[in-house]
Amino acid sequence: MSEQTSINNNLPQGFKGLTSDFGSDQTAFKGVNWGKAMMWIFLLSDTFIFSCFLISYMKVRASVVAEWPYPSEVFALDVGGVPVPLLLIAIMTFVLITSSGTMALAVKYGYEKNKKLCGMFLLFTALGGLTFVGMQAFEWSKLIFHEGVRPWGNPFGAAQFGSFFFMITGFHGTHVSIGVIFLFIFSRKAFRGDFDTGKKGFFTSMKSDYVAIEILGLYWHFVDLVWVFIFAFFYLW
Amino acid sequence: MVMAETKKEQQTTTHKIGIYLWIWGLLFVLSFFSYMVDWFQFQGLLRWTLIVTFMLLKAGLIMAIFMHLFWERYALVNALLWPMTAIACFICLMVAEGKYTVFTRLFYFVVGG
Repeated sequence: MSEQTSINNNLPQGFKGLTSDFGSDQTAFKGVNWGKAMMWIFLLSDTFIFSCFLISYMKVRASVVAEWPYPSEVFALDVGGVPVPLLLIAIMTFVLITSSGTMALAVKYGYEKNKKLCGMFLLFTALGGLTFVGMQAFEWSKLIFHEGVRPWGNPFGAAQFGSFFFMITGFHGTHVSIGVIFLFIFSRKAFRGDFDTGKKGFFTSMKSDYVAIEILGLYWHFVDLVWVFIFAFFYLW
Repeated sequence: MVMAETKKEQQTTTHKIGIYLWIWGLLFVLSFFSYMVDWFQFQGLLRWTLIVTFMLLKAGLIMAIFMHLFWERYALVNALLWPMTAIACFICLMVAEGKYTVFTRLFYFVVGG
């Protein structure tokens, strides 16, 4: 790492750095940790997948002749007999943002080699993600069992609503679930001090390094980022 | 020598806790605002403008600060943001396509094939 930093300090910066990086042999992104660069490339490809989902949803919603179900009413939650619009979705949004904040702190304390705080914040993040998935399961079961929403039809309006809802939120929920699993694993590794001792991972057999926390953080913030778009386009639009 | 370099590296990779808490708070406020858009039932162009504005602000803050893209190497930033610009073009194409589809549907449902 220290070698990389000294390379980074001697490299041209800004636009000149951009052209010299892409014009050089062997490696673009000079001085960037390769794991981080690869995670970014993966996230970019994931962006394409989610974009395809959201764009096809937008296209279908714009071109169906039937009335599109009104999300404000479909996703309302009864509180003491009064339907509050989008209540559960709002709470889910705040929970996910909170977990994103704790993740950012975990990355910070990781780089400061504070394994206790790092592991604790990773644990908080995992619990936040778990809460999110739990609320999503509640939302799905409410729509499926009580309101009869199916991928091929629903009582509210345009038949395509269900398939887009289950596909988009399901794919996002899968991402959250995978993230939660990794957060629990990394939290245990942090508490055990793997990142300080450089213990080899059981799966990749690479030396543990605190940069892994930042890479996991990139994934987790991306999950939050996708939810920002789903919240705006699917629930609020 | 190695010690000095690790110190320098730490300066570039960790930031004061304040910036994260600020962004965290801003994300809360922006989410609250976008929820309020639905709460007060703004409709039409006002609703869409507000939703998209809050959404882009939130996305920008998460990417720039939480994902550290602001401090990342310029080549990587460009390699990530230009393909996303292409997605924006794709969205514009599909908006036009959607309008055409609904036009032909309504036209042939009324006039007949």
